[in-house]
Amino acid sequence: MSINVKLFANFREGRGKVVQMDYTPGMTAQDVIDHLGITAPEIAALIVDGVDGKVDTMLTAEVKKDGYLAIFPPVAGG
Amino acid sequence: MFGYMGKILRINLTTGVVSKEDLDFDLAKKYIGGRGLGTKLYMDEVDPQVDPFAAENKIVFINGPLSGTATPTGGRYMVVTKSPLTGCIASSNSGGHWGAYLKYAGYDAVIVEGKASLPVYINIEDDKVEILPALDLWGKYVSETSAALREKHPESKVLTIGPAGEKLSQMGCIMNEDDRAAGRSGVGAVMGSKNLKAITVNGTKKPEIANPDGLKAVTKECRTLIKENGVTGGGLPTYGTAVLVNIINEHGVYPMNNFQSGYDPDAEAVSGETLTEKYLVKRNPCHHCPIGCGRWVKSEKHPDGIGGPEYETIWVFAGDLGIDDMDIVIDANFWCNELGLDTISAGATLAAAMELYQRGYITDELLDDDVILKFGNADSVIHWLKKMGNREGFGDLLARGSYRLADFFGVPEYSMSVKKQDLPAYDPRGIQGMGLQYATSNRGGCHVRGYLISPEILGLPEKLDRFELAGKPAWVKIFQDLTAVIDSLGLCLFTSFALGAKEYADMINETLGTEWTPEDLLLAGERIWNLEKLFNLEAGVSPEEDTLPPRFLEEEMPDGPSKGWVHKLDVLLPLYYAERGWDADGIPTEERLEALGLL
Repeated sequence: MSINVKLFANFREGRGKVVQMDYTPGMTAQDVIDHLGITAPEIAALIVDGVDGKVDTMLTAEVKKDGYLAIFPPVAGG
Repeated sequence: MFGYMGKILRINLTTGVVSKEDLDFDLAKKYIGGRGLGTKLYMDEVDPQVDPFAAENKIVFINGPLSGTATPTGGRYMVVTKSPLTGCIASSNSGGHWGAYLKYAGYDAVIVEGKASLPVYINIEDDKVEILPALDLWGKYVSETSAALREKHPESKVLTIGPAGEKLSQMGCIMNEDDRAAGRSGVGAVMGSKNLKAITVNGTKKPEIANPDGLKAVTKECRTLIKENGVTGGGLPTYGTAVLVNIINEHGVYPMNNFQSGYDPDAEAVSGETLTEKYLVKRNPCHHCPIGCGRWVKSEKHPDGIGGPEYETIWVFAGDLGIDDMDIVIDANFWCNELGLDTISAGATLAAAMELYQRGYITDELLDDDVILKFGNADSVIHWLKKMGNREGFGDLLARGSYRLADFFGVPEYSMSVKKQDLPAYDPRGIQGMGLQYATSNRGGCHVRGYLISPEILGLPEKLDRFELAGKPAWVKIFQDLTAVIDSLGLCLFTSFALGAKEYADMINETLGTEWTPEDLLLAGERIWNLEKLFNLEAGVSPEEDTLPPRFLEEEMPDGPSKGWVHKLDVLLPLYYAERGWDADGIPTEERLEALGLL
């Protein structure tokens, strides 16, 4: 069982587009970013299994087995 | 008179008379400049019921008090007229350098009126203003026109229309410096209706600044804030606006196939990351811009490089058509620029045509066995763009935009537009505030009248629950009002990712010698918003048009992270009207208008 972590923009540097991680019961988004060496203040948007919200809140979300995260640094446009 | 040049140039193309008038400084301060002052000048002179293509219609080219100063991004100009696409007030703005050069020539605005009997262009070089023949330029593409005029006026900046504007396509835009566009609402067609092909401008003057040292200090502070901001100092310079493709898609609000779904599993192929890795040559910044989101790219078909594409353009020629091919996007962007077509509306019209084909309204027979307009058919894009821009065959119907196209077949609901202007690249079902903004935008479907994507998706300045309704009308109002301010100052909206109302007030105060508070500026923004609303009402645009296509109100999003949602406009709209101090029918009250100095 694993999870997919989708990375975007400069988060891909040295990590790649998608990182596969082993799933462990109870693991949170915070555990994932710790593993990747990304800190909370660097994150502008965080999606856990299709759900988005305030970054601080989402970091406490548990990841589903075979689930995914999408992690974004500050980006914008229009 | 600080900040402003103090002169308005009036050019009557019917009589050939050129005159220069003093700017009313009090009026300028009340409406700031750009979008606000341009709307006021226009409304004071033109009957809102005017046919946009009549000689009686006018077109105002106007910069802001910060255009042509050293302030970050201080170079934009606004085109104000009545839109032939929407029937609403059109204020379409562009970057590049043209707006700043108009100021250097000594003018805050150019009002063009009447209609030339033959194609002409206007040449402005300081006090010298000429109306010159343009028969040899009529029918030429934008780059050909710009090159020919640069040869005649090597130091000047060129603003021009392409064949689409000449042929009165309601999607005809105005291009400056080849690849910058006053893109929306068909302002290029108004130029075309006046037989006005281009305006070249150059000058040697500079605006006087009330407190040069103070402005220098504030500008330095603002530039630092922009550089240190993760968006304006990181994401945008590195990846351009195309960086939005992935984040919008991952939230399930990236419209596919004319907004029939909201998630594209193959979006990576047209992402900002892909554009940067495989196509980017260099950044292509506008006047005095420390952000530099503009791109200069090359592809197989364009080995020497061209400007763009932006996020909205990428989406509309990729996801919205079901084609994830960056080479086609770049080529489509090139042809829109050459033809002088608004990329959003041109692509959205193709998307609507493809849905009409999908549903059997457009048939192979109707297309005269020409290339099939079908989602995913890459061969159709450039082929039909050219026919659209040149109004050839079925392209003549396409040139009218998606609303008139769908309405021709009796099914306007397949036009994903508000007030007949096509929606940009965000499905409102998963972004409730943005949907309210779309419905209430004074120029019809638009993302840059209040970019609610910032708080609802990007977390700027704070992350809001994008499905939540409570509080959204207040957010929409303040975003719309602040946007009206920035558009009137002559700055780029992207500065607002790093700057707030205080910084804008500081810059304008040091420039004009005023003592405006951030609240004063927001009140001016609200005044401008209400003024535009009054124009629309007098033009006959009913509040009943403050709505969204039925798809968003009735059809649940079928897939992705926004699955199951519709837009709750019925809940939000009354709350928005109340937030604005308007009556329940969406009409500004006398009390509110009086408070805003509009009575």
